[in-house]
Amino acid sequence: MLELRNLCFQVSDDARKQKEEGHSKEIIKDVNLTFDDHAFIAITGPNGGGKSTLAKLIMGIEQPSSGQILYNGTDITGLSITERANLGISFAFQQPVRFKGIKVRDLIQLAAGNGENGHSTVAFPSICDYLSKVGLCARDYVNRDIDNSLSGGELKRIEIATIIARNTPLSVFDEPEAGIDLWSFNNLIQVFEEMHRESRNSLIIISHQERILNIADEIVVLADGNVQDRGRRGDILPELLKGTESCRFYQQPAVVQ
Amino acid sequence: MDEIQKNLLEQVAGLHEMPAGAYNIRANGMSVDRSTTAHIDIVTKTDKQGIDIVIKPGTKKESVHIPVVLSQSGLTEMVYNDFYVGDDCDVTIVAGCGIHNSGDSDSRHDGLHSFYIGKNSHVKYVEKHYGSGDGTGGRIMNPETKVEVGENSFMEMETVQIKGVDSTKRFTGAKLADGARIVVTEKLMTHGSQVAETSFQVDLEGEGSSANIISRSVARDDSRQVFYSKINGNNRCKGHSECDGIIMDRAHISAIPEITASHLDAELIHEAAIGKIAGDQITKLMTLGLTEAEAEAQIVNGFLK
Repeated sequence: MLELRNLCFQVSDDARKQKEEGHSKEIIKDVNLTFDDHAFIAITGPNGGGKSTLAKLIMGIEQPSSGQILYNGTDITGLSITERANLGISFAFQQPVRFKGIKVRDLIQLAAGNGENGHSTVAFPSICDYLSKVGLCARDYVNRDIDNSLSGGELKRIEIATIIARNTPLSVFDEPEAGIDLWSFNNLIQVFEEMHRESRNSLIIISHQERILNIADEIVVLADGNVQDRGRRGDILPELLKGTESCRFYQQPAVVQ
Repeated sequence: MDEIQKNLLEQVAGLHEMPAGAYNIRANGMSVDRSTTAHIDIVTKTDKQGIDIVIKPGTKKESVHIPVVLSQSGLTEMVYNDFYVGDDCDVTIVAGCGIHNSGDSDSRHDGLHSFYIGKNSHVKYVEKHYGSGDGTGGRIMNPETKVEVGENSFMEMETVQIKGVDSTKRFTGAKLADGARIVVTEKLMTHGSQVAETSFQVDLEGEGSSANIISRSVARDDSRQVFYSKINGNNRCKGHSECDGIIMDRAHISAIPEITASHLDAELIHEAAIGKIAGDQITKLMTLGLTEAEAEAQIVNGFLK
């Protein structure tokens, strides 16, 4: 359903300085990946390896310097965030955004109303369902502003509730575990398992967490902007967990292209 | 009243028909309708334009509506309304002014509202300003509010000016006695080449008095806004003012705070933040399927809600 072809991304700001120094920083280097329908894929790898950038390229938040993104056979490389959202791609932010004056119920309603104009209204009971799935008591939260009065963990759970409410064919989560406490973490695992079990939708989850990698069908290892490995969980995970013994992925020397 | 006036009335007072409780409706410089209750009296001033609203001690859960509408182009008026609120009251007062100007001369409403609030009372005061009409004549409003809040009383004031007022210069002054509180929430949006100046002066005279001034504003197009707030802490007291502005297009916003403590136990805080709509807020709403323009509208509406 999703195909990344020869995808590259270079840091474009401060371009002049890079020119003077004779190089520019490549965050994503010629990535080729194909994701099938009903995929459940975890993308992992060291910090700075390009994982979040890859997620943003899929949603259209960043534009690739070269390469193509195909969604169900259509080239979406030039489409805006809104157009991709309306085609059925969702994105959960690593650091969810705060809004003064927008309430939790408003945001979930906006998320769920993914019709033509995105303004349908959602019945109160389903707003509560979405919130209780992420372990929040709806009564305490629906009328709260999404502002500084919410903790980072609360915000993160609301972010995930908006993705559940959207219920789109493809959802990309950028480090959903970051900032979530242990108790909610169990809950989060169940949320992903349920999303995968109860629909044909695909999930791409950027994560460092063993327990998230442990529920994915496939794992992609991204380091230094390259796909270092990709395969079934059973093949990849044991290698990753050897950790200090092999350092196969995490201390990879610069790859000779 | 004609349709234009009825529409203005709905905009500024949320009224479709005559309200329950006491009211006085002023249209084009004249009182057109009035109702009083057993506890609330409304008396026309004899020495100048305006009315006295007298609320008896112990009046609970009653409301007073005193909207003003101007639909005659070129009309200028200065109105003085005085509110006398007795002890132990709990009342809601809804004022507001709507100007419809389809002519080429300025229409202007200046109002001075003075509140004298007794002890242990709660007053909720709501004021909305609205302009309409496509004439080249200006729609100008200069409201002034002066409040004396008595011992252990609480004044809650909400002012809203969202649309259509070309020029406004607002002053709100408050003096607080022992244990008195005031909370002011101001919502303001300017567009086109509108100009809005709003100024607060709060004197925290009483022991244990407190004030919280919250202003949220959006300036679009070429409009200009200035926000002044002055809080004087002259006793053991708490004062807080907050100005939060969103700037768009080629607009200007200034926030000019002044806090003065003249007592060791006065705690005064001012916060001000002005900036454009955060890019990640727009991005988030776009990932939910909104266009950039829809996302912007959603953020602005929420901010001013």
